[in-house]
Amino acid sequence: MQTFDLEAEGLRALNSTLHAQAANTNQTHWEIVNPKGSHAIAVGLDAPIEVNIKGSTGYYCAGMNKQATVHVHGSVGPGTAENMMSGMVVVEGDASQYAGATGHGGTLVIKGNASSRCGISMKGIDIIVHGNIGHMSAFMAQSGNLVVCGDAGEALGDSLYEARLFVRGSVKSLGADCIEKEMRPEHIALLEELLERGGCDAKASEFKRYGSARQLYNFNIDNAY
Amino acid sequence: MCGIVGLFLKDTSLEPQLGDMLTDMLITMTDRGPDSAGIAIYGEETTGNAKLTVQSDTPDVDLDKLDNDLRKRIKGKVSMAIKDTHAVLSIQADQVAAAREILGEIRPGVRVMSHGSTLEIYKEVGLPKNVADRFDIRKMSGTHGIGHTRMATESAVTTMGAHPFNTGIDQCLVHNGSLSNHNSLRRKLRRLGVHIETENDTEVGAAYLTWKMQTGATLGEALTSSLDDLDGFFTFVVGTKDGFGVVRDPIACKPAVMAETDQYVAFGSEYRALVNLPGIETAKVWEPEPATVYFWSHNAAPTAQEKAA
Repeated sequence: MQTFDLEAEGLRALNSTLHAQAANTNQTHWEIVNPKGSHAIAVGLDAPIEVNIKGSTGYYCAGMNKQATVHVHGSVGPGTAENMMSGMVVVEGDASQYAGATGHGGTLVIKGNASSRCGISMKGIDIIVHGNIGHMSAFMAQSGNLVVCGDAGEALGDSLYEARLFVRGSVKSLGADCIEKEMRPEHIALLEELLERGGCDAKASEFKRYGSARQLYNFNIDNAY
Repeated sequence: MCGIVGLFLKDTSLEPQLGDMLTDMLITMTDRGPDSAGIAIYGEETTGNAKLTVQSDTPDVDLDKLDNDLRKRIKGKVSMAIKDTHAVLSIQADQVAAAREILGEIRPGVRVMSHGSTLEIYKEVGLPKNVADRFDIRKMSGTHGIGHTRMATESAVTTMGAHPFNTGIDQCLVHNGSLSNHNSLRRKLRRLGVHIETENDTEVGAAYLTWKMQTGATLGEALTSSLDDLDGFFTFVVGTKDGFGVVRDPIACKPAVMAETDQYVAFGSEYRALVNLPGIETAKVWEPEPATVYFWSHNAAPTAQEKAA
C-alpha cells in the first residue's frame, strides 16, 4: 500500500501521482493522510485503484471519477463525486450540497446525511444515502437511481426526467412534476440490488418510489404563468 | 464569495488563546476573500464603561490626542488604546451618545466601527494575514469572536465595505452572499430615517436588523423576519454580547459548517477553517439547516431557534 501525506506533499503532487496510475499498475492501494478539508482531492482518476482518504475533505472530492474506488473516512464538502463516470465513491460521514451532481455512472454511497441538491441533474449515477437528504435533491435528474434510507427535504425531484427515486422515510414536499409511483416487482429487485451495493440494512418493501409525471416534457400553455 | 469564521468558547481556560485561534481560522479562509478582512472580538468589560472602536484613514492626524480633546468636551473619563488605523475609546456608558456627536464635530474623518461594552471591531482592506497582524489580533483574549474575509461583489473594496458591521450595542453581523434587493431596501430604510453610509449590500442587511430591533424585535425575531424581507443569498453570522447566531437563506447555497465540543462551538464557511481546533477529530460536525435561526449563548444551554436573544 502507498501512503501519501497531503499536507507534506501538496495537492498537485497527489493528483498527478494518482493520474499516472495506468490500468495495469501494481500500486493499486493508496492511503491519503492529513486531508484537512482540502479541495479537489483525488479528482479525475481513471484507473482501477482504491484510494482511502483518512479524514474529511473540502469541495469536489473524487470529481469526474472513472474506474477508481475512493473511500472517504470522514465527511465531504460540496460537489463530491461531481460528474462521476464510473467506479465507486464511499463517504463514511456526511456530504455537503450537490453530492453526485451530473454523475453519468458509477456508485456514490453516503453513510451519513447528504444536504441540499443531492444528485442534481444526475445522468445515470446510482446514489445511495443511508441518512437524510436536503432540499431540491434530484432536481432535473435525467437517469440513474437515488436511494434514501432516511427522509427527503423540500421539492424532491423537481422537473425530473427519468431518474428513479426511492425514499424510505418522509418526503417534506415533492417538486414540480414529481409523483409517487407504484413499486412493481422489477423495482423491488432493482432496489434490493442497490441496497446491497450500498451496504444498507433496510428492506426494499419499506420504500416508496417517486418519478416523473412526464407533464413537463412538451410545452403546455397551462404551465406558463 | 466570502469566508466566515466564528468561535464561541465554553471552556474559559481557552480565552487567552481566542485571538490566536481565530486568526488561524481567518487566514485559512484567505482564498474565499483576499481583498479585506475584519474581526469582532468580545473581550473584557469594565463596569459602567463602554467601548467605542473608531477608525481613520489618517490616524496620525485624527487619533493624535483624541482622548484629551474628547475628555475636555464631554467632561468625563476617556482612555484610548491605538492599534494601527483603529483606536478603542473607553468612556462612561452614559456619555456615549454625547461622545459620538462630539466626535463628528472635532474629528469628521473618524468613523465608528463598533459600540459595546465588550465588543471591539477591527477591519481593513488587505490580505487577512496582514489585517490580523496590523491589529495584533493573535494576542487578544476574549469569550467569543467572529471573523470575515471579503471578496467584494456588490460594492467597492473599502474599509467601510469590510465586515463585521455593528448593528447595535455589542452586536455585529458578517455576511457571505449577495443581497439582490439592497437598493430598494436602502431607499425604504433611509425614508424611515435609518443612517446608511455606503452602497454595500451587507450594510443594508445590518441596518435592517438594527431597525427591526429598534422597533421592538428581538435579534432572533429580526433574523427570522430577514428570511422574508431580504432577497438574495446569505449566510449570516451575528455576534451578541453573550454568544452568536447563525442563519442561512432558504436556498442555502453559501456554505456553512459548524463544530461543537465540550470546549467550544465553532463556525466556518468550510471545514478546513476548523481543522486545527483542539479535539476536532471527535467534535460533532454538521451543516446548519436552511432558513433556521440558531443561537449559542453563555446564558443558556445551546438551543436551535431561540427567540429571545
